[in-house]
Amino acid sequence: MRQVQRMILTLSMVTATLSLASCVSIEPWVSPFERNALADPIMTFSRGSADAAYIHHVHQAREGARGAEGGSGGGCGCN
Amino acid sequence: MQKVAPGAVVVVTNMTVTRHLLTVLVCLSTLLSASAIAKILPEDRADVLWHSYEGDNVTINGPSVLIRKAYQDKISVWGNYYVDMISGASIDVKATASAYSEERQEFSLGADYLYDKTLLGIGFTRSQEDDYDASTFRFNLSQDFFGDLTTLSMGYAYGDDTVRRNGDDTFEAGAIHQSYKVELSQILTKRMIMNFGYEAVVDEGFLNNPYRSVRFVDPTVQLGYSYQAELYPNTRSSDAAAIRTMVYLPYRAALRGEYRYYSDSWGITAHNGEVSYTHPWRRHWEFDVKFRYYSQTSASFYSDLFPYRNAQNFLARDKELATFDSTTAGIGVSYLFNEEGFLFFSRGSVNLYLDYMMFDYKDFNNVLAGGTVGEEPAFNFNAVVFRAYLSLWF
Repeated sequence: MRQVQRMILTLSMVTATLSLASCVSIEPWVSPFERNALADPIMTFSRGSADAAYIHHVHQAREGARGAEGGSGGGCGCN
Repeated sequence: MQKVAPGAVVVVTNMTVTRHLLTVLVCLSTLLSASAIAKILPEDRADVLWHSYEGDNVTINGPSVLIRKAYQDKISVWGNYYVDMISGASIDVKATASAYSEERQEFSLGADYLYDKTLLGIGFTRSQEDDYDASTFRFNLSQDFFGDLTTLSMGYAYGDDTVRRNGDDTFEAGAIHQSYKVELSQILTKRMIMNFGYEAVVDEGFLNNPYRSVRFVDPTVQLGYSYQAELYPNTRSSDAAAIRTMVYLPYRAALRGEYRYYSDSWGITAHNGEVSYTHPWRRHWEFDVKFRYYSQTSASFYSDLFPYRNAQNFLARDKELATFDSTTAGIGVSYLFNEEGFLFFSRGSVNLYLDYMMFDYKDFNNVLAGGTVGEEPAFNFNAVVFRAYLSLWF
């Protein structure tokens, strides 16, 4: 449980920092009209949610490691 | 076979969950009070996928249907139906039992709510097999900061499993899984995004496979070894941290990189790295290639061959807990159609993906190959993973 408590503490600190930072006006160094490339459909970490969830499941069922897989990860209901 | 006292696990877990949920809610209220800029719901989309895995004499295939629809730009609901149809006999089964077939069905429902430019998500998954039931509840929160350059996401999942054993009506055990994750995405330049993710998972209860066995040296039998049921610890906690980056190349293509580090209380340490590349061709085609490498050390209570029966408190010979590495090479092609819309769909795509995986075990021997006990050749196998799916946006 210690690492979970450590993680919660870290999370709280990150949250507090971001909340305080949100009070400060920061000029975005990439303006919304400069994000054409980032908005291109090919710029996604996974090509499809159903496909990404399936591939995470393939890995989780055969590897000892689990977690931090990215957007679609988190529990496969399998042993 | 060890059984878990479900009452004890639930009492401890409920206190822990309450405390952690409270902390998450405090974080949530703090975040909601912070300023935020544009946040939008995920796209309305339907995916119909067929998946197929073939490797180590096992075939697993089935459909997955995922539909997501938004209402009044405030709520997006989604549902997923997924099936694994399993048949064959892997090396674990061939060594100690006979071939089998089974089916796993999984239903998921969820909703995302856009509140004051913050995205809140909940989800529920129910997975059923004839000898294993799993229910998982998830909560997610995501918010943009600093002119949408930074996105912070947090998630919590609680899973409650029931484990049974076919052919033994007296056996039933439970397991609780909890996951805490945080993810930070950062736009670095006009063409580059970086993402950092961390996830802690805590398990309590019956964590081993009720069918699997470990082998030990037994001079009283002709084979030279015998089997006994494996026994895992009742708790496991793990940390995984990943960093991902994605770059838009000058000629319209995307290059992605990923590294993940993992360690857990069972002594497993793992690394994996992946590089993938997407290359559009003309108006309708997109081609993908990827390369992934995974490597792990074995669990502290793992052994391919124990020196005698009950040699340790905990015993494992699952190849998933052995020292091994795997290499994956994958290709994919997508055809995008009707970008001007048809019926009530705005566009669609047909996608084919093929991965070739090579597993190379270091301390899991192939007992079927024969030879001196404990000195059999190390096991390895290759697998082919295929996906075909239709995506429709509406």
